Amino acid sequence: MGSTITEKILAAHCGREIVRPGELINAEIDVIMCHDVTTTPAIDLLKAHGNLHVAYPERVVIMPDHFVPNKDIKSAEMVAKIRRWAKEEKIEKFYEIGRHGVCHALLPEQGHVRPGTTIICADSHTSTHGALGAFATGIGSTDLAAALATGELWFKVPETILFKIQGTLRKGVFAKDVILEIIRRIGVDGALYKAMEFTGNVVDELSVESRMTLCNMAIEAGAKSGIINPDEKTLDYVQVRSNESFDVYTSDPDAEYSDVIDIDVSDLEPLVALPHLPSNGKPVSEIGDIPIDQAWLGSCTNGRIEDLRKAAAEMKGKKVAEGVRMIVVPATSDIWKQANREGLLDIFMEAGATVSTPTCGACLGGHMGILAAGERCISSTNRNFVGRMGSPESEVYLASPATVAASAIAGKIVNSNAYKQD
Amino acid sequence: MKGKAHCYPRDHINTDEIIPARYLNMDQEKELAAHAMEDIDTTFVKKVREGDFIVAGEDFGCGSSREHAVWALRGAGIRAVIAGSFARIFYRNCINNGFLAIECPEAIQKVHTGDRLTIDLKSGKILNETKQESYTFAPVPDFALQILESGGLMKTIVQKVKS
Repeated sequence: MGSTITEKILAAHCGREIVRPGELINAEIDVIMCHDVTTTPAIDLLKAHGNLHVAYPERVVIMPDHFVPNKDIKSAEMVAKIRRWAKEEKIEKFYEIGRHGVCHALLPEQGHVRPGTTIICADSHTSTHGALGAFATGIGSTDLAAALATGELWFKVPETILFKIQGTLRKGVFAKDVILEIIRRIGVDGALYKAMEFTGNVVDELSVESRMTLCNMAIEAGAKSGIINPDEKTLDYVQVRSNESFDVYTSDPDAEYSDVIDIDVSDLEPLVALPHLPSNGKPVSEIGDIPIDQAWLGSCTNGRIEDLRKAAAEMKGKKVAEGVRMIVVPATSDIWKQANREGLLDIFMEAGATVSTPTCGACLGGHMGILAAGERCISSTNRNFVGRMGSPESEVYLASPATVAASAIAGKIVNSNAYKQD
Repeated sequence: MKGKAHCYPRDHINTDEIIPARYLNMDQEKELAAHAMEDIDTTFVKKVREGDFIVAGEDFGCGSSREHAVWALRGAGIRAVIAGSFARIFYRNCINNGFLAIECPEAIQKVHTGDRLTIDLKSGKILNETKQESYTFAPVPDFALQILESGGLMKTIVQKVKS
């Protein structure tokens, strides 16, 4: 019996030939990413337990992103504390304001994600990095402290569900729609504790950025990780960003999966996930008139350059509807600069949207577009839980960047022109 | 372990509800505890007494990785969460903190708010003194019990680093 890519990476990181689902292992961690919200408790834990130090500072990458540029005194104190600690521990990879960005967009962009590596962050959307063939998973702050102190962490080897995504995506239907469809089918705990491995001709054809959207939302189905076998696109993406060596692992043809799910996406329409679960996906064409107060474009799910391009294509020469606020948040500083060079930011501003500095911001109800009671937002983000973007009496609808942009223009949730013109 | 049950029988109670992100500019247990479960039940903190339990549906703790959710509940006085199942990172966070997360679908069906419960880890049973019933729960994994007994993951990490 063969092994999945996930089993191979984990075996290689605990000095074993083979590992099987259910086994408990201690795996060596190659990249430990820290952000502003969950790192200070880890620092406190290290200090409270005999002043433990960081075992391998060169493996640590610090990317404050949630409440930056700092929204209040408390969040400023948190990042100040992380800065002091990074200096003490001689951690050099610190992405300060100006080079900052949403960590799951910034980490691969800056060449810290390589195939075959193990990556952890005390953030649930760490699953994003599986798009480049790495084992990447979200953990808590105690886990983070443990990994910082030892360079390794305990895991239960997960079972894997294989998703074979086949067919031809219609114009105007994107990776976001595909992952919303998968979550709609299997539910928000449909892949609980498991790895979701994505394969099939549709995945092969997706850009690396779109593959990140797919893996990013694996956690919204309860998964431990999302992962895609590396191909030439992956290697091209990584090799221009990193000089470090890596090993490429791929799943064996006779690997064992807990389930194999075939999905033909040829008939898939653009979806919108209605409040208050990401599994509440419905075709935009079936939801009737749902007026919006805000449209939010950004996040680790859909704040990359291809997302901004799709949104700008919908908005060029048009105006955001009266009474609608549109907030565009490029996910990283480089994406912001690229969008500026391409004239995308002008298109957004001319349309009456505003463009923010990179931040997680309102995606998790932090800042930069918080909702009041009774307000409704269409968002390119990943969660539409109660109160996720602000008041517990507000509503969040999840959709692709094209749908978000088209809806901002229409003042209600509508299909994009990219889709309608097909 | 004895306490009163606080039932929230819904599935998919997420960490945004357990401790909303608007409070994530704080990281101290006492501060967080004041806002535990605020977006589900604004009276939660007032009702809970030291040693009480939450009883909830499937997939408890889904969403964000924030360990603040465990700290908020523990700080509010909760000693264990009994649920049909748990989301993965929340479950890890419970284990690493030596905080009990018990999987017991039967209890979700039968326990009501206010019932007095005793959790007996050795026999793997929850005794409902109010209703004179007992429910068997899924055994807590050995490695989780070890972490629980040693007082949390960091205690074992200290030993490892020192050796």
